[in-house]
Amino acid sequence: MADRCAVIGVGQTHLRAKREDVSIPGLVREAALRALADAELTFADIDAVVIGKAPDMFEGVMMPELSLAAALGAVSKPMMRVHTAGSVGGSTALVAAHLIASGIHRRVLTVAYEKQSDSDAMWALSVPQPFAAPLLAGAGGYFAPHIRAYMRRSGAPDHIGRMVAVKDRRNALKNPYAHLHLEDIDMKMVEESIMLWDPLRYLEACPSSDGAAAMVLAAEDAVSGAYPPAWVHGMAMRSEPTMFAGRDQVNPQAGRDCAADVYRQAGITDPRADLDMAEVYVPFSWYEPMWLENLGFCPEGEGWKLTESGATALDGDIPWNASGGVLSSNPIGASGMLRFLEAAMQVRGQAGEHQVEGARRALGHAYGGGSQFFAMWVVGSDKP
Amino acid sequence: MTMLDTPIHLEYTFTPGIAQSRFLRGLAEGRFVGQRCPVCGKVYIPSRGSCPVDGVPTGEDVALPDTGIVTTYCVVNVPFAGQAIEIPYIAAQVLLDGANISFMGLIQEIPATDVRMGMRVQAVWVEPDELGPTLASVKYFKPTGGPDAPYESFEEYL
Repeated sequence: MADRCAVIGVGQTHLRAKREDVSIPGLVREAALRALADAELTFADIDAVVIGKAPDMFEGVMMPELSLAAALGAVSKPMMRVHTAGSVGGSTALVAAHLIASGIHRRVLTVAYEKQSDSDAMWALSVPQPFAAPLLAGAGGYFAPHIRAYMRRSGAPDHIGRMVAVKDRRNALKNPYAHLHLEDIDMKMVEESIMLWDPLRYLEACPSSDGAAAMVLAAEDAVSGAYPPAWVHGMAMRSEPTMFAGRDQVNPQAGRDCAADVYRQAGITDPRADLDMAEVYVPFSWYEPMWLENLGFCPEGEGWKLTESGATALDGDIPWNASGGVLSSNPIGASGMLRFLEAAMQVRGQAGEHQVEGARRALGHAYGGGSQFFAMWVVGSDKP
Repeated sequence: MTMLDTPIHLEYTFTPGIAQSRFLRGLAEGRFVGQRCPVCGKVYIPSRGSCPVDGVPTGEDVALPDTGIVTTYCVVNVPFAGQAIEIPYIAAQVLLDGANISFMGLIQEIPATDVRMGMRVQAVWVEPDELGPTLASVKYFKPTGGPDAPYESFEEYL
């Protein structure tokens, strides 16, 4: 039986297009210090640090974790790096939680970041390869055909994607850390934005952000801080190859398996009813209905109906991405951890204006690569 | 903080391995060569030398025609550093006849608004003296004008 693990501190930087006032070490330290302050601890209280970011190629700094040890108080302490592409923020939190659950450490600091203004992710995701035609065009170019396939398969009407784009940006207006604060966002504004990767428009895609996220995780006997802890009720990771014959690229098996595992651990049989909210990695609007189905919030083919009904809005019965989500802020490596962190903030009652009233159990989700890496946790206000 | 652009250059030798070498040499001769998994019987192109599902070598070469269908696609209209093709362009998943996996191909000779899932296409190759061991040997795919494949026939490849 694993030891109990609690989230006792959360910290994030303001998420912006360019943080020219800080270097990468300054960025991660800012988030880490906020997480430590929330837990009423200092670097001296931390046993180990687990850090994650998206591929090194983005900023062009190889193994950046080595030079970040000093900024994170990790000199002469165990420190490790996690790599799972865009899902890395989630996987990093899970590796940190494993160090607590296994009884190895009592307090672990976990950090994830991206400084997109130092990088060119669009270029890094579009590098020509000898065995493929030079058609790659960033993450949007990869995911747009799968979105088209979802639309064809489910018969979803065009406006569903626009609804998600508006909903998440309106939620972001209630989150002071969010990158995009689009006061005038509405369906018309999304519809009139430029078509980047038909069927995906500019405002149906995530922005490029600088930012970092951090959490302090603790064993049961090491809980501290003014806010009550968020207890980890379940955690799971799954992956699958990007390419194999018969792969369901709209509704990947690894995502379904990961959800089933985390729900089993948390005792969840009906996620829509049993969870109070979810923070799910939705970098392109249509991934809300697609992941609603993949994560079992509704039967296959009906995700778009749930979105259309308003169920996933902040005042719906199962709010998704109350923080504004990835559609409002995308510091790639940190985006997954922000989902996990926001879920924890909700069950600790510290989400401020975007708090889902009475949230006691929440899902944090991240996916990455060509929908081949998945990481999830369920956190709750009750001790499991 | 001051930002500074420092262009760098990296040259490398790409070693494709046995299976991809057969695929790339086929392209240099103006033909598609895939490989079949001896367990599940699925035909991979380009083959990486083993079946990702069964974990066994895909030893048997399979000659494939240069015709197939578009399973799904998007129209790229976003500019970025190092872009090789003028925007807007149609990036499609092309499933060759007889293959069990699609790969990305450029579609031309049709307006973007007329492309369809299930549309039949054929490769347009570069001139014979320009052929080489690279997918650049295929200029693009063009519509054949034949009837679209029914959705049910390619649903499992999405």
